[in-house]
Formats: sequence, structure tokens, C-alpha cells
Amino acid sequence: MGLTTDHIKSRLTEKFGEQITSMEESYGMLSIEAPKEINLKVLNFLHDEADLGFRFLTDLTGVHYPDRTGEELAVVYHLHNLVENVRIRFRVYTSIDQPDVFTATGLFSSANWMERETYDFFGIRFVGHPNLKRILNVDEMDYFPLRKEYPLEDQTRRDKDDDMFGR
Amino acid sequence: MSHNIKLPEGSIEKQTITLNLGPTHPATHGVFQNILELDGERVVSAEQTVGYIHRAFEKIAERRPLYQITPLTDRLNYCSSPINNMGWHLTCEKLLGVKTPKRVDYLRVIVMELARIADHLICNSIVGVDTGAYTGFLYVMQYRELIYEIYEEVCGSRLTTNIGRIGGFERDFNDIAFQKIDKFLKEYPAVLKEFISLFERNRIFMERTQGSGGIGADRALNYGFTGPNLRAAGVDYDVRVHSPYSSYEDFDFTIPTGTTGDNFDRWQVRNQEMWESLSIIEQALRKIQDLKGEEATLYHADAPAYYLPEKKDVYTKMEALIYHFKIIMGESEMPSGEVYQSVEGANGELGFYLISDGGRAPFRLHFRRPCFVYYQSFEELVKGGMLSDAVITLSSLNLIAGEMDA
Repeated sequence: MGLTTDHIKSRLTEKFGEQITSMEESYGMLSIEAPKEINLKVLNFLHDEADLGFRFLTDLTGVHYPDRTGEELAVVYHLHNLVENVRIRFRVYTSIDQPDVFTATGLFSSANWMERETYDFFGIRFVGHPNLKRILNVDEMDYFPLRKEYPLEDQTRRDKDDDMFGR
Repeated sequence: MSHNIKLPEGSIEKQTITLNLGPTHPATHGVFQNILELDGERVVSAEQTVGYIHRAFEKIAERRPLYQITPLTDRLNYCSSPINNMGWHLTCEKLLGVKTPKRVDYLRVIVMELARIADHLICNSIVGVDTGAYTGFLYVMQYRELIYEIYEEVCGSRLTTNIGRIGGFERDFNDIAFQKIDKFLKEYPAVLKEFISLFERNRIFMERTQGSGGIGADRALNYGFTGPNLRAAGVDYDVRVHSPYSSYEDFDFTIPTGTTGDNFDRWQVRNQEMWESLSIIEQALRKIQDLKGEEATLYHADAPAYYLPEKKDVYTKMEALIYHFKIIMGESEMPSGEVYQSVEGANGELGFYLISDGGRAPFRLHFRRPCFVYYQSFEELVKGGMLSDAVITLSSLNLIAGEMDA
């Protein structure tokens, strides 16, 4: 396999330097982070460079971290270089007060519905998206259900102390 | 919808009409709405919406320990739920660092390939139904039944199977299960052959599927196509080969591909995949027989913290009951981290993205559902074609409502 993690890291450092804030490997996948302002630049770079060639967007989704002040929402991209068969995870953070992230639809047609889904559940506004409206929930909904401020009842709650069951 | 659009050249009427194909139309296979703009019978533009049967799986999963999530995965692509189950258990194993014995891997391969056949069988015969060829659909139903009987023997249920455990299976496959698999392997090739010739000798079917709903390799990749739909466009990407899981690297099989990515190619690729699946199951059976010593009998990993005790022990031994309870309630420690694991689902790459913060339930779980990705390309596939072709295109994409709006 030609494309190594070290090569990807060095190419990204060469191009973006300090702007890539984190490069870690977890469970066999390189995970990189960058400010949301340059998400398209990074995606374009990963997509266009011949030696990187991450031309397949496997997945795009959001995550809500209520404890990270100022960067509560994350957008996570899973990219795949099909020729070298290397996967990479790329994430950007945005604040919940102004959840604007540039859309990747210009690069990947597949991002269209994935971004709509992410908007629908997390309220992340993808700037430049051609049709950013709810996709799985009703249009009249005025909240974003996958955010952590809407908890379900915890099925593993500990307030039911029952010594009979060894808890 | 706007009427001021550029009509295809040669259209006689300069007026278009809007047609709602679905939701709950017999040809839409679920709650999908397709707002088609038609010039005569030709599709000028289309807008497709996913129905609101959204069940909030990802939200529910944030409150559930690992085993309680398995039943949710059953209900994604319910035509091949064992593949979803295995994909989920593989994800958990990756997170927890559980290594499965070879026999488990091979048994899983058998179950997953049976599920693939069951799924392709339904999809391909439904494509037939949508062209008016109903016989094939009725004919193959009894063979899906044979597969369901195998599931039943292995785990006790048929459709939403909940099959397997983290680390292996709940119990070993019994002799009857193996006999049923043998019976299926013996009977199915002739059926498949007949099924294929039934359609390939049907002129209406051939003419309606060939050349309609096509997509090129570049566009398919850009749209995030995977599975048979991508392979029909000529790209030989298969998760089983490129990122092997469950010992798929030990098997010898080819990846069927098409050339034009049209409805017929998609149908054809699925048929060829069924042949490959049959061969994989045969190989797996042989490999299981060749296992020696302890490996030949192990049907689960040695991971007492995550593998549920056997049911007979749970009913009779206090220790086992407590273990069972603790595992189900997520009392065992879960490492923190982010895992992405994908499997080759019957209709494409099914991915599980799990973020764990060390709590009892995932901090975030996201399913990468292949048909959610396909459906957005529908407009491009049907634009310029006939209304009746749109119906076939819809079914040949193998869209499963449950999976789409998880």
C-alpha cells in the first residue's frame, strides 16, 4: 500500500502547518481536526492532490459536545481513498450560537442529503447548500433533536437501587 | 413547482404537469414521495422526499448499552437483518478489543451470505414485479423461506433476527441448521438459474431495464454509491475485499461488475453476487470442517465481561443470571474512543460510527445507511426518461424505507 499515515500527515502539515490542530490515530483510522473556516480548503486538498486522492465521501455527520464551550458542535467527515484503500476522519468544530459551516456539496454530490440530515438533527447551517431544509423530520419542528439538551429517559439509571439484583 | 423550465428538445406540449408518485404508492416500496414534473410521459425534473417514519435510532442508542442497540440494527435493512447485526457486533468488538475464534468468523460469513442472498432475491424479483413480471417474485419466495428457516434454527427468529452476540453466537449451530444449509445449497442453484432465464428470456423485462436509469462510474462515486449499485457502474469496490472483516480474506470469490450502471446491470450484478455467495457458503462449510482441536468447537470468544452467558445457565444458575443482567444493563467497562466499522451490506456499505466516552451507552452513534445515500441521485437517474422507467429505477436501487430514515 503506497499511501501511509505519515505521508498524509506530512502533506497536511506542509500545506496547512499549524492550522491542522490535531492529528491522531484511533482504532486504525487517522483523525484530523481543523478550524471550520478552512474545512473546504482541507477537503479540496485531500480530494484534489493526486497522491492523497480522498475522492469518496463515505459519511458526514454531526456531534454535540455540550461541555466544549465555543465549539459545541462538530461536523465529522469520513473520507476514503478507494484506490489505495485508506480511510481518514476529518472534523471541524463550530459554536452552537453561530453554527455555520461551509457546504461540501460542490465537491461531493453525496454531501447534499448528509448535510441536510446533519442540519435537521443538530441545526448546523451549511453555508452555500443548495437546498438546506429538514429531511427526516417535519418542517414545522423548531428544535434540533439530536442535541444533548433533549435527553431521553436513561434506561440505565442508577436511582432505582435494588440490592436484589446486585446493583 | 416552477413551470418555467427548459424542456427537452422535441417536446410538443410546452406545458408540464406535476405528479406525486407516492407516498404509499404501490410502486414506491415504502413511504417515499417523488414529485415528478412530466412532459407527457417524460420526466423533466424530480424531487424526492423521504417519508416521516423516522424512528430516532441514533437518539435512542445514546441511552442504551451495547446489547440493547442490537434490536435497533435489525430494523434498518430488514431484508437482511443478520448483516446489520453482525456489523454492529463487529463494531462493538473493535471498540472492546474482543477477538473472535475462526469458527465464529466462518459461521458469521455463512449467515451474512445467506442474508445477502435473501436480500438480493427480494430486490431482483421486485424489479421483475415492477416491469409486470410477477411470476418470478412468487417463485423465489419459498426459497427465502428456506433461508428464514435456517435463521430460525440458529437463533429462533426469522425477520428481525437479533442474531449473534458480541464475541460470537448465543449457541452453536446444531445439526439441523447445517442440514438446512445443505438443503438450500443443493436446491438453490437450479432455482437461481431458472429465475435468471425466466427474466432474461422476457423481452419486456429486458427492454425496460436495459438502458434505463443508468449512471456512470464517476457520478456514482461522487454520489457515494457503494455495493451492487456502484459495481453495476463498473467499479469493483467491495468492503469484503478491500477492508476484510470476519475472515473474508480467507475466501476466494470474484466481484461481479457491470458496465453501464443501468437497471439491468444492477439486476445482473445482484444475480452474479448470489452465485458468489453460494460459493462462499460452500467454502465456509469446508473451512469449518477443516478446523482442528479447540478451534473446531468454539462458537464464541472468551470475553465474559461482554459475552452473554448461555440461556440454560441464566435460567438455572444465579451467577449466570447476575452476569446476564450486568451485561445487559451495561455495567461492564467500556473504553473511550471513536470507531468506524463497515460491512458490505446487501445494498452497499453499511457503516457504524460510534463515539464512546467510557459511559454505559455510546456518546454518539451514527449509521451510514447505503440507501439514504443512493436516493438523492434519483432525479439524475430518471431525468429525461419515461415515467414507467422511474418506477423500475426506484426498485432497482434497492431502497429500504426502514434503513433510509433511521
